[in-house]
Amino acid sequence: MFGLNPRDTRFLLIVVFLTLATPLLLQPFPESSGLAQFNAGYPDLMQRFAIFGIFAIGFNILFGLTGYLSFGHAAFLGVGSYTVVWMYKLLGYNILPGLVLAMVISGLFALLIGFISLRRSGIYFSILTLAFAQMSYNLAYSVLTPITNGETGLQVYSNDPQVLMGANAPTSPHIFGLVMRDSVQLPVGDWLFTFNIGYYFCAIVAILAFYISLRIFRSPFGMMLRAIKTNQTRLNYTGLNPRPYTLAAFVISGIYAGLAGGLLAAMDPLAGAERMQWTASGEVVLMTILGGAGTLMGPVLGAGFIKYFENIFSKINDNVLHAWFAFLPDGLENFLVALMHPFVGKGWHLTLGILFMLVVIFLPGGLIEGGQRIARLFRRRPDSDSRHQPKPAPHVGE
Amino acid sequence: MTNSYLTRRGVLKTGAVAGAGVALPTIFTAGRASAFTNEPMGGTVKLGFNVPQTGPYAEEGLDELRAQELAVEHLNGMGDGGMLNTFSSKALDGTGILGKKVEFVTGDTQTKSDAARASAKSMIEKDGVVMINGGSSSGVAVAVQGLCQEAGIIFMAGLTHSNDTTGKDRKRNGFRHFFNAYMSGAALAPVLEKAYGNDRRAYHLTADYTWGYTQQESIQASTEALGWETANNVLTPVGAGDFSSYIAPVLNAGVDVLVLNHYGGDMVNSLTQAVQFGLRDKQVNGKNFEIVVPLYSELMAEGAGANIKGVYGSMNWNWQLQDEGTKAFVKSFGEKYGRPPSNSAHTCYVQVLLYADAVARAGSFNPCAVVEALEGFEFDGMGNGPTTYRAEDHQCFKDVLVMKGAENPTTQFDVLEVVEVTPRAQVEYAPEHPMFGGAEATLGECNSGA
Repeated sequence: MFGLNPRDTRFLLIVVFLTLATPLLLQPFPESSGLAQFNAGYPDLMQRFAIFGIFAIGFNILFGLTGYLSFGHAAFLGVGSYTVVWMYKLLGYNILPGLVLAMVISGLFALLIGFISLRRSGIYFSILTLAFAQMSYNLAYSVLTPITNGETGLQVYSNDPQVLMGANAPTSPHIFGLVMRDSVQLPVGDWLFTFNIGYYFCAIVAILAFYISLRIFRSPFGMMLRAIKTNQTRLNYTGLNPRPYTLAAFVISGIYAGLAGGLLAAMDPLAGAERMQWTASGEVVLMTILGGAGTLMGPVLGAGFIKYFENIFSKINDNVLHAWFAFLPDGLENFLVALMHPFVGKGWHLTLGILFMLVVIFLPGGLIEGGQRIARLFRRRPDSDSRHQPKPAPHVGE
Repeated sequence: MTNSYLTRRGVLKTGAVAGAGVALPTIFTAGRASAFTNEPMGGTVKLGFNVPQTGPYAEEGLDELRAQELAVEHLNGMGDGGMLNTFSSKALDGTGILGKKVEFVTGDTQTKSDAARASAKSMIEKDGVVMINGGSSSGVAVAVQGLCQEAGIIFMAGLTHSNDTTGKDRKRNGFRHFFNAYMSGAALAPVLEKAYGNDRRAYHLTADYTWGYTQQESIQASTEALGWETANNVLTPVGAGDFSSYIAPVLNAGVDVLVLNHYGGDMVNSLTQAVQFGLRDKQVNGKNFEIVVPLYSELMAEGAGANIKGVYGSMNWNWQLQDEGTKAFVKSFGEKYGRPPSNSAHTCYVQVLLYADAVARAGSFNPCAVVEALEGFEFDGMGNGPTTYRAEDHQCFKDVLVMKGAENPTTQFDVLEVVEVTPRAQVEYAPEHPMFGGAEATLGECNSGA
């Protein structure tokens, strides 16, 4: 089905199921229990999972397949966001024109940056892309303030032209009348599930993005990209010019990033310059490596992990900790709170950093490798053959 | 190698799966009915405190959080009540808000608009807050204010000094207690005139972002009204660290005043380097060279140390004031945390109380009722003297403090001294002032999310 072999089809269907059932899966704890703190099934975070999943999938096409480590992908994210917000300002709140244009413009932008940066490989390529992204960030932050509204971020004002806006059109992002912010809430016992239109829109786009990436991975083009990663010199000697392939991969992943940026603005009509900062570029690298570079599902998992930490762990403050340990005697309670204090709230970076180190050291293949190891433990009949066969050599990104 | 098995059965299967997937969310039609966003149903009400806990303004964020916690305590009738005892409105009685116990959630803005909005959204969508308070940057304030407007809850801005927050970006659901760049200029000008005269040439170093622009514009306008000349305005990148390449040209520019439109760590660095370059010991045009820092904060003053001696600036509030409200607040803050509150802590504390009071007077958590209760609200006893929340732009009007770096500080907390309390009439302006978006700027309609 879908031009995939049965195994991939099954994989795709699992992904589709997981994506569509996210609002249920991420809300495992009852509202009144103390663990409700860890529920992640609210629209904004789910949207972010899908959007940063798309971003990481696209980044993985470049990094996972060709091994070119770009440190400037956030620039495309920002370009996508700015495009969509400008389309709101000029045309109206329908997100479709903006998203299409965001992909086009970020693609062109990627073509320009890729054309220059891909003349070098390895660390020089990374530095070049980093330089371009920081340049874009600084431009957006100050020089281009008339276009980007600088630090404050680009917003839609009531006196903007919005020429295509009908009299009864919704006043927030929508697609042909379906307002992104609208949700249906379903209370089941003590659980509350939120089904948000914006999330499902992102989810469908993410599934499409995943499907396209799957096809790229399995295509001759994908094979070519892997060849570049494995040994570019040898490829040169066989008379093949790898540059068009890497450039194509760069542009494709730039388009993915632009789409992700566009979706960010489609869910929340604001574009800020810090979306282009190098920390944002670094974040997608972390997502990809944390999840497992070069694997299909890994980057999405990594994106989910990082966003979960950023949004859930950063909100656990001392009061919450005290409430958890309130049943303990005072001294012990205070001790435990003091012990956990550096790792939650503002310390979420620390927790994430430790986790990242553990993953890189013990699971070089990322969370996906962790999952595979667990699966292998539970497999009934270990195929003894594989132990004696040569293992594929890990690449730089793993 | 390309696989393409497009069969009739395959297409049908695909269609069925996709259709089922798309239809899934529509089978649930039951929703919770409430009159407005996050209407508090049980015996508690949740407030959201969104402050920078990481990044350049983390220190200020921490102090804001302390004050907000204290405010919640006082609302719930714990502690000594702080400013509730001196507040002119007596609608609050220490039993929470409208009989509901006040709870709060915290979030990290990271001083980034994106992160701040994500954190605010999770407070609204996940925790069900009815009001968001805090923040230490104008970019964040404008971004979160816009979000609260769209979501239909109230935003009580924390430290935000840019004219835009209640200027061209003003929103019906957003309120600012803190003063702004225009007020700084209007308050500083007469003091500068008295101290430095009418014949001065000023050189501006300005942080290269929205707040820097509005502050520079405001200071330039008010000093030029005195007869000062503005020789040059140089934009500096935020977080530059090293300002020597920007300060060196000042030495030979033939100017006698340097205005540093910087904040936080930038101001500490630029001021320190300016002093190291010997600017303050220089004589230009037969006058002593002077430095002005329009927006001060306690934490900046602490960081700049001795370099700040004799440098003028402005503040929203200072703990050394001697009115009853200030004394009550400083006492309860000091008892709990062992240090005096900063002015960002003060503004957040006051904002929380003002919100609670507006709800109590309106008798409802409905944002539109709260907006109505706050618009044009006149109050006293909150440390700034008689204050008004102007209905046209939701800006608080009150006295502004002109500060000076103390010559002989005794502790790390009194490095600044109050030079003058500029009366409110002197810093007032028309709501359609050109620096505030002109006639085009509107608050829009109140949104309750219904």
